[in-house]
Parts: sequence; structure tokens; C-alpha cells
Amino acid sequence: LNPGKIEFLHGTTTLAFKFQHGVIVAVDSRATAGSYIASQTVKKVIEINPYLLGTMAGGAADCSFWERLLARQCRVYELRNKERISVAAASKLLANMVYQYKGMGLSMGTMVCGWDKTGPGLYYVDSEGNRVCGDLFAVGSGSMYAYGIVDSGLKQKDLTVEEACDLGRRAIYQATYRDAYSGGQVNLYHVHSEGWTRVSQSDVLMLHQQYQAEKA
Amino acid sequence: MFKLSDKILLLCVGEAGDTVQFAEYIQKNIQLYKMRNGYELSPKAAANFTRKNLADYLRSRTPYHVNLLLAGFDETDGPGLYYMDHLSALAKAPFAAHGYGAYLTLSILDRYYRPDLTRDEAVDLLKKCIEELNKRFILNLPSFSVRLIDKEGIHDLEKLMPVGAK
Repeated sequence: LNPGKIEFLHGTTTLAFKFQHGVIVAVDSRATAGSYIASQTVKKVIEINPYLLGTMAGGAADCSFWERLLARQCRVYELRNKERISVAAASKLLANMVYQYKGMGLSMGTMVCGWDKTGPGLYYVDSEGNRVCGDLFAVGSGSMYAYGIVDSGLKQKDLTVEEACDLGRRAIYQATYRDAYSGGQVNLYHVHSEGWTRVSQSDVLMLHQQYQAEKA
Repeated sequence: MFKLSDKILLLCVGEAGDTVQFAEYIQKNIQLYKMRNGYELSPKAAANFTRKNLADYLRSRTPYHVNLLLAGFDETDGPGLYYMDHLSALAKAPFAAHGYGAYLTLSILDRYYRPDLTRDEAVDLLKKCIEELNKRFILNLPSFSVRLIDKEGIHDLEKLMPVGAK
């Protein structure tokens, strides 16, 4: 990698999972440049349109630029076809866009989350050219810690919306606890048939106090 | 696994992104040929077409780093399996494998393969290979999807999900 090139956001924890009532998207908000914390208030969920969300991991500029471009392409699709774009198509557009730049140093690991006529949709797309559909993804340096919480929490069948939100929030919190490069606040979104809703923004340190108190 | 036509399947592994992009490119071109000419390419022709594309891109600035297996059934020639690698080699073979798993499975196929295997015997041979992978391969591969191609076309067989190693 070139010296002097500032790499933001490789340290991050983002996650998204499908459940009975849609998709939960939870992210942290810390941006690091090496071991320096550049910001604790980064918005890592990009609102592509009222029913599609994209998460941000890797290079901040790469993520926000390409997802903004994706938003434009999605709007063009809507105008041309007089219907909303599907999550599969939107993620394919993004994957094809970044494939052209493969090997040129783009750094982007994103999850495209939405609800279309086939139900809840969740795709992982990255700058290497990967595009996979799935029920659960966690991306970033804190992803392993997040997987631990969500995997064990999803074992119980049929979560309510509130339980699912709590699970997502807890998973990001646990990741920020163990991963030095994740922290700040947990931003939580819920995607349902009417679109997405911003559920909550919780400071990780406040969550820590809350969970400690609950343990007692 | 990519369905190139009613009787041809393309298995594509390798570099992230390249796999899907190259396989879908080939898939659409095979379908385009059918639309333009009214008939489908034979497995042999499709394999050579694929190889040629791989070869053309090999010495360009954007080679496709993919390994392929093309399987198909021809009305006149019968079943055919074609092995292609990222350097654009092409070989017709009775059985083939790509990846680290090949080191473990090729010898089993060498030992037990016969050209006159029945369908059940063939599936058993596949199971033998997967059992070996379960035992000796470093990565845990929990499930394999299996497809069969015959004169009727492509059929989905039961997923193979071997449990635990001895």
C-alpha cells in the first residue's frame, strides 16, 4: 500500500440479518487512521432510498461514493421501469460497478439490505468482486465477535422486532468491547415491508452501564 | 454451477468476482448463439468457445483467474466432461477435480471409476470422495449439491451432507 495514503474505516463492525419481520441492520460509528481515532460519530449506514440501505466497511470514501452512485442508478431504474428495483438487482449493479476497478485499490465491504416483492433481501458485496445472498452477515475487524452473539441469539426461533433489535445492538456492543477499532455509538435500523426505520442510536459506553446493571 | 443450456452445466471456481463475471458472460453468449442460429452449441463446441475466451483474455491486462469444469450431454456423442484451467488448458476427461480437494479425490476416482458405472454406483463413488474430504481436508465442507445430466436434461439429486469424521 502507498505510504501516506490514509486508510479509514477498516476497523469497524457492521452486521445485518434477516428474520421473520424483515432485516435488522446494526453498525458502530468509529473511524480509525492506524491507531488514531479519527471520529466516533461516523454514519456507516447509507440510505440509498426509502426501502434500501447500504452499510459501510473499508474505505469511507469508496463506500459513500459508490453507494451514492448506486442510489442514482436505482432512481434511473425506477424511472425507466416504473417499479422499484429489487435488492438482487441493486446489489448486482453495485457489484458490476466495482468489478471494473478490481485490483486498482478500492476498499469496500458492504451489505445491501432491503425489502422487495420477494420479501426481505440481504446481499454482501465487496471490492474483490464477491456478491453473495445470505441470512446473516457481519463485516469488519469486529465481525467475528458480532457473529458469536448473533449466531447464539438466532438459535431461538421467531424473534419479535424488539428482540431482534436488542440482539443486533448487543452484538455490536460486544464487538466494540473486544475490538479496539470499533466503538462510538450503535446505529440500528429495521427494514420492513414499508421500507426502513431508524430504530435507535445508543452510545456504547451507556450500553455498557446498562448491561452491567442488568447483570447485577 | 451455471446452467449454460438445457444439457450443459459449467462449474466455475477461482478468483472472487472473476468466477461469476466470466461464467455469466459465457452463459449469456451461449444463449445468444441459440437465439441467433436456432440451435444450441454442443458441449464440445461450448467447451472450446469457453477455452478460446479464456485464452484471449489470458494475455490481456484483465485475465480471468478461474478454473472450470464443463459437463454436458450430446445427442450423438453422449455424455462429456471437459476440464479447463486458468491457463486455458482444455482436456476431455472421464472424471476431474479442481482445488486442494483434488489431491485427495483424484486417486479415489482413478481407483474406482469405471465407464459403465450405474447411477447409484456413481453417487456412491461421489460419497466416497466426500467422506475422504471430511476425514483429511482442513476445511469443513458441510454440504454438497449434486446434479446429474442425461439425455433428458439436468436433474437435481439429493444434497450430500456427510456427518462428522471418524
